[in-house]
Amino acid sequence: MFMLRLATAALAASLTLPALAAKTLVYCSEGSPEGFNSQFFTTNTTHDAASAQLMNRLVEFEVGTTNIVPGLATSWEISPDGLAYTFHLRRGVKFHTTAKFKPSRDFNADDVMYSWYRMADPNHPFHKNSPGQTYAYFDDMGMARIVEKLEKLDDYIVRFKLRQPEAPFLANMAMDFMSILSAEHAEKMKAAGTPELIDREPVGTGPFQLVSYQKDAVIRYKAHEQYWDGRPAIDNLIFAITPDASVRYAKIKAGECQLMAFPKPADLAQMKADPALNLMSKEGLNIGYIAFNVEKKPFDDKRVRQALNMAINKKAILDTIYQGAGQMAKNPIPPIMWGYNDRVKDYDYAPDKAKALLAQAGLKDGFDMELWYLPVQRPYNPDGKRMGELIQADLAKVGVRVKLITYEWGEYRKRSKAGEHQAIMFGWSGDNGDPDNFFTPLLSCDAVKGGGNNAKWCNKEFDDLIAKATRTADRKERTKLYEKAQEIVKDEAPWVPIAHSVRFEPVRKEVKNYKMAAVPVSHFLSKVDLAK
Amino acid sequence: MLAFLLKRLAVVVPTFLGITLLVFSLIRMIPGDPVEALSGERGMEPERYARLMHEFGLDRPLPVQYFEFVGRTLKGDLGYSIVSHEPVLREFLDRFPATLELALCAILFAMLIGIPAGMLAAVKRNTPVDYGVMGVSLAGYSMPIFWWALLLILFFSVQLGWTPVSGRLDILYDPPKVTGLMLIDAWLSGEEGAFRSAASHLVLPTIALGTIPLATLARMTRSAMLEVLREDYIRAARAKGLSPFRVVVKHALRNALIPVVTVLGLQVGVLMGGAVLTETIFAWPGIGKWLIEAIHRRDYPVVQGGILLTATLVIVVNLVVDLLYGVINPRIRHPR
Repeated sequence: MFMLRLATAALAASLTLPALAAKTLVYCSEGSPEGFNSQFFTTNTTHDAASAQLMNRLVEFEVGTTNIVPGLATSWEISPDGLAYTFHLRRGVKFHTTAKFKPSRDFNADDVMYSWYRMADPNHPFHKNSPGQTYAYFDDMGMARIVEKLEKLDDYIVRFKLRQPEAPFLANMAMDFMSILSAEHAEKMKAAGTPELIDREPVGTGPFQLVSYQKDAVIRYKAHEQYWDGRPAIDNLIFAITPDASVRYAKIKAGECQLMAFPKPADLAQMKADPALNLMSKEGLNIGYIAFNVEKKPFDDKRVRQALNMAINKKAILDTIYQGAGQMAKNPIPPIMWGYNDRVKDYDYAPDKAKALLAQAGLKDGFDMELWYLPVQRPYNPDGKRMGELIQADLAKVGVRVKLITYEWGEYRKRSKAGEHQAIMFGWSGDNGDPDNFFTPLLSCDAVKGGGNNAKWCNKEFDDLIAKATRTADRKERTKLYEKAQEIVKDEAPWVPIAHSVRFEPVRKEVKNYKMAAVPVSHFLSKVDLAK
Repeated sequence: MLAFLLKRLAVVVPTFLGITLLVFSLIRMIPGDPVEALSGERGMEPERYARLMHEFGLDRPLPVQYFEFVGRTLKGDLGYSIVSHEPVLREFLDRFPATLELALCAILFAMLIGIPAGMLAAVKRNTPVDYGVMGVSLAGYSMPIFWWALLLILFFSVQLGWTPVSGRLDILYDPPKVTGLMLIDAWLSGEEGAFRSAASHLVLPTIALGTIPLATLARMTRSAMLEVLREDYIRAARAKGLSPFRVVVKHALRNALIPVVTVLGLQVGVLMGGAVLTETIFAWPGIGKWLIEAIHRRDYPVVQGGILLTATLVIVVNLVVDLLYGVINPRIRHPR
C-alpha cells in the first residue's frame, strides 16, 4: 500500500511539474454561472464563464469597442431592401475535442442551423433538451418577431430572411445568446443517451475549452490548441469564484489571481496607488436616470420637467455618489456609443430659473411629489438612497417637497411597470452597442405598454424617428436620425439623465495584452499573456 | 431507552411539518417571485411571465402548492432548481461536504480551545486569568462574523502571507472527488502539498466560524464548572487527597459537561447560520453560499429543500445530543 502511494505520488509529481511551468491565468470572478449554455441565460456572469471563453458568434464585437467584426463568418452582405443577411462562413474552424466527444468535421452551416433553430423552433428535437429552460435573450430581443427564417444555401453560406428591415439585427448577432454550438456534439450525445451533457459539458469553437467546474468554487479551462484565430498565449484559464469584493481585492493583492471583477468604489483610490496593479477603466455602456411619469400631474407639463432638470445639481451627485467613477449624462445614450449627439446642450444647474419656470407653470408655491429610489446597487447607480437624498435637498431649494419611497427590487419593477410612480430612479445597461437598444426599450411608445418606458412618455415625432432608424441600414443616415431624436428628448425632458458609470478592473502588472470589453458582458481573454 | 427514543421521535414529526409550513410561507412572503427575479431592467412581457409562472407551477393556489410540496418531500423528491434545473437534492449533496468539513473543523476548534479555557477560568476564578478568558470570549461572542473574517484575511493572508485568502484548495491541485471532504480527497490524491494546501485553506474559515461557539462553550464550561466545584463530593474528593488535576478532570468535568453537551448540540444551528456568512466571504462552496444565492433569486424549490434538509440535520443532531445526554446522565433516561 505504501509503495503504491509512493508510486502515485511520484507519478503525480511528474504530472504536476509541467503543469507548474504552464502559463495559468486566474480571474477572480464575482459569481457562479447559472449554466454553460448562454442561449438560456441573460446574466453577464454566465456569459463570461460560458460563451465568452468557449464559443464564437458569426460576428463579434471588436474588443474594447462596439464595432462589429468577423467571427465565424468572414463576410456578410445585406440586401438593398434590408430583408436578407447573407453570411459567408469561415472554413477550417475546429470544435473542441473532449474526453467524450471527438469532432469528425469542421464547423459549417449545419452548426448555425442547429444553434438557431434550437432556439427558434419549438418543435426542434433539442428545443426542450434541458427541461424547463427557456431561451430568455432570444425572446427578450424579439428575434422570432424579427427573423422569418434561416436558410442554408450551401455548407458555407447561410441567409437570414427578416420580416422587416431591422438595422440592429447585426449587433444582435454578436450577442452571447447567438453563440454557435456544435450540431454533431448534440447528435452524438443524444445517440450516447446523454443529451443533457450538451449543455453541461459544452463544446464550442472558442479560444478555451472547459476542463471542469467545481460548483461555486472553480471553473477550469485550457487553451483550444486548434483555435482558428491562433492558440491562446496562456495554457490554463481559471475562474476563482469569489463573491465578496473585499476578498477579491485581497486575493489580487496576494497574487492569488491576476484579474478581478467589480471592485468596490471605495477601494479604487488604493488600487490606483498599488504598484503591482494596473487599474483599467472603460466608460460604461449604460445610463442612470430619473424618469417623470408624464401621465401624472404636474409632470404632464413640459415646463415642470424642464424646471426640475435645472434644479438638480448633477455635479454634486457625480462627486458624492460616483466618486470619479461616472460621467455626467445629458443624453439617454452614453458618449462612447455611435449616434451620440454632443451638440445637445444640457440644462444648467440654475435653481432661480427653475423657480421662475415653475411659477410660469402655475406652481409658484412648489408642490409635493414622490420620488422612488433604487433599492439595490446597480452598475449605473452605486447608491440610490443617497442619490435620492441629494435630489430631495436640491428640490427643496425650489420649493418642491420630495417624499422618498422605495420597494423591494422585484416589487419596484412590477409597480413601476404598472405606472404607480410619480418620478422614479432607474437605469439601463446596453446589450449590443446599438443606439436602438436604448431608445426603443426605454422611450418608445411601445415600451409604455411593455413597461420599459418608465416616463410613460410617447412622442409621435420621436417615435417615428427611431422607428425609421431601425429600418435604415446606412449608419450615417441612422446617426442623423438619432441625433435629432436626442434633441427632442432634451427639449421634452421626460428624464433627468444623471450619469454614465465608468467600469473599473484591476489587473496585475504581469498581465499583458488585456483589453476591457466595451460591452459589459464579456472578458475576452484569448490574446492575454503573462509576463514571467 | 427505547421509550425515551420514541418519545423524542414523536416530537420530531410535528417539528418537521412545522418547518415545511414555515419555510414554504416565509419565502413566499418576501416580495418578488422567481420569474420576476429572472428579468432585469428590461422587464418581461406579461404573456411570457404567465407562461413561466405556469411552467414552474406557481400559478396554482397556495394550499395546492403546499400540499404538493409536502407530498413530494415525503416521497423524497425535493423538486428542481428554477435557475439551474438540477434536482435540489443533488445540488445539496454536491455542496454539503464542504459545509460539513468546515463545520466539523469549527466545532472541533471550539471544543479544543473553549472547554479547557472555560475550565481554566473556573479553577482560577476571579484572577486575571479568569478575567482574561472571559473578556476575550465576550469579545469573540460579540464579533460580527463578516468583519472578523475580513480582519483575519487582511492580517494573516495579505499582511503576513501565512494563509491563502479564500477557496478550499490551491488552484494547482484538482484532486478527484471521492468523499467531497477536501482534506481527505487531497490526501487520497497523493499529490505532494495538496493536503497541506487543503489544511491551510481551512485555517481562517475555521477560526471565523468557530469563534462564536468557542466563546459560548468557554463561558458555559466555566459556569457549569463553578457550579460543580461547589458540590460536596468535590470537597470530599479533595479531602481524600486526590491531586487537583484529578479532581477537576475526573470528578468535576464529567458532571460539568452535561449542560455543555446540550449547548454543543444547539451550536449546530449557530454553525449553519454562521456558515452562510463565512462561506460567502471565504468563497467556500458550501450550502450556506448556495442558499443565499437561491434566496436572492427567489429559487423557491432550492430555498425550501435546502432549508428543510439543513433543519432536518439540526433536528437529528439535537436528537443525538439528547440521547448522549441520557448516556452521560442516567437520571434523564429514568425519570421518576
